[in-house]
Amino acid sequence: MNILRLSFRNVTSRPLSTVLSLILLILGVGMISLLLQVNRHIQQQMENNVRGIDMVVGAKGSPMQLILSAVYHIDDPTGNIPLHEAKKLQKNRLVEFGIPLSFGDSYEGFKIVGTNHQYPELYKATIKKGHLWKRPLEVTIGATVAKKLSLKIGHIFNGNHGLVKGGESHEDHAYQIVGIFNYTNSVLDQLILTASESVWDVHAHKDIGNNEGKDHVDHHHQDEDHADQHHEEENRTDQHHEDEDHTDQHGEDDDHNDQHNEDEGHADQHHEEEDHEDHLEPPENEHELTAMLIKFRNPIGLLQLPRMVNEKTNLQAAVPAYEISRLFNLMGVGLDTLNTIALAIMLVSGLSVFVSLYNAFKERKYEMALMRSYGATRWQLVWLVIQEGLLLTLIGFILGILFSRLGLWAVSELMEETYHYTFSGWTWLNEEGWLLGASLAIGLLACILPAIHVFRINLSKALANA
Amino acid sequence: MFKTHSLSFAYYQGREFWFPDIQLKKGENLLILGESGIGKTTLLHLMAGLLKPNSGKIELMGTVLNELSLAKLDHFRGRHIGLIFQRPHIIQNLSLSENLALIQYLVGKPQNKNQIKAILDNLGIGHQLHKKPRQLSQGEQQRATIALALINRPQLILADEPTSSLDDKNCTKVANLLKEQASATNAQLIVISHDQRLKDQFQNTLTL
Repeated sequence: MNILRLSFRNVTSRPLSTVLSLILLILGVGMISLLLQVNRHIQQQMENNVRGIDMVVGAKGSPMQLILSAVYHIDDPTGNIPLHEAKKLQKNRLVEFGIPLSFGDSYEGFKIVGTNHQYPELYKATIKKGHLWKRPLEVTIGATVAKKLSLKIGHIFNGNHGLVKGGESHEDHAYQIVGIFNYTNSVLDQLILTASESVWDVHAHKDIGNNEGKDHVDHHHQDEDHADQHHEEENRTDQHHEDEDHTDQHGEDDDHNDQHNEDEGHADQHHEEEDHEDHLEPPENEHELTAMLIKFRNPIGLLQLPRMVNEKTNLQAAVPAYEISRLFNLMGVGLDTLNTIALAIMLVSGLSVFVSLYNAFKERKYEMALMRSYGATRWQLVWLVIQEGLLLTLIGFILGILFSRLGLWAVSELMEETYHYTFSGWTWLNEEGWLLGASLAIGLLACILPAIHVFRINLSKALANA
Repeated sequence: MFKTHSLSFAYYQGREFWFPDIQLKKGENLLILGESGIGKTTLLHLMAGLLKPNSGKIELMGTVLNELSLAKLDHFRGRHIGLIFQRPHIIQNLSLSENLALIQYLVGKPQNKNQIKAILDNLGIGHQLHKKPRQLSQGEQQRATIALALINRPQLILADEPTSSLDDKNCTKVANLLKEQASATNAQLIVISHDQRLKDQFQNTLTL
């Protein structure tokens, strides 16, 4: 029997107020810890996946979306870009390398990405079994894909059109698994990699159509002003049939417009004159990429290339570092709010610990005096009260951390389900050390007033009045 | 050896209690009788060092209680003075044996289970060892407080109205118990009471 055991007995002897204090502590500590953990995991994943990529080039649209789709594979792509334009960029003297990505198909919810061997190299991926793809329609799959779908080398499958399960499947183009990667703890684990040619092959019939459509659209854009004029004129000429030449032109424009309507979403692109010239003689069945990941030779690239691409080409350049910090800034507001709420809950829990201790002191004033009369010193009694407070907050903290780990596990399951992202590692964060300190400080603070009362207890009065 | 010398105390100015000097040798006992409000409990608290006297001194085994620092006084009281209060108060969240073990712990003595069992057996409540205070009867609680006071084998046992809530039979029993326990450890026993029934039980009586 000692002071600590007595503290423990005292804490457990008032279950209701103890449970209330604990629940509040668990909520506060659990929330903050969970936020810290999730934040760290997301940040780690984000940074892990972006390594080596200085710039991403893709179709015009939201730069954030381009980054999310091409680097993290968690959003839909912004559109396609012509291969020859990407290649031109690749040859720029400021570019060290450019990795082509073409995607749009999936298998059982996992993305099939057409690329070259530089892509797995970027993530320092090593082969667990088999080898990298050598011919079109051969695939090497990420570790998570292999595990989740229990796929083996030699397995043959058809890709689905689109990035969700159950899309239209490409029956006549079967992929064959020739290799499986080791875990890289990056987005690569969730991907099925193949040669760019595979994706072009599978989509050959469609892509040609699309290309034609796109070329026409491009024409249309160059002639946008004209076209508008023509539309107006068309109405007039339809009515009046005045100018033969005009009518001919209208016919052409009408065709372009029709095809443009079939081909969705590329309407607001702007073209420079040089592109216009390129498109005067478009390659008949030009291949397309979804995006290209680019690494610069030196920092000057960062200063010049994104601007150059955005201003002088019909491509869009996005800088991952910039977009990610933007994303974190946006998330930060929400995180701060949640943190503030959690902190408030912790303070309330401190208040509840205080009320609990104070009431207990008033109830047990006589016992305290009794202990003094049996030889306990004032400091021993103060220690008794402090131990009760610390015991409560410590138990609350431990349960809160357990709660946060449970929450983290749930979030990680959810992330894996929805985004095919895995959280790795159950680490203790430095910030959680601070959280422990803060919890104990709150417990200590709650003890101060009861402890002072205990210290200054009037023995004779307390014993006589009991 | 226990003695007090020209003790006085005042709760507020103008109403001072003056107490007669007391002198007890080892193994002696004393009954202090007096009506309510005459300062009996005050005297007991002074003798136990729970109150500091305005003047005079209290001496036990050569130590002057009112000259000790507060922490030393607490420790001295715990080791050498056993207090029995009017109403049986025991730490509610601990069992009887845990109460006794805690008291041993508080003065830095080893926690001796056999000693705990022996003293409870001696008081006839050995079978209630693991019961919580509220599970005991009134009489058992009264005897439990005696156990609490005696577990550290004090040199001075101070009892405040130990029999006021008891019937004649139990009154005699408790008085005998106290005397027995005191003589067993050769301690000095001082009982403070307004209970005239105790008069016959003690050889020395002091009336305030």
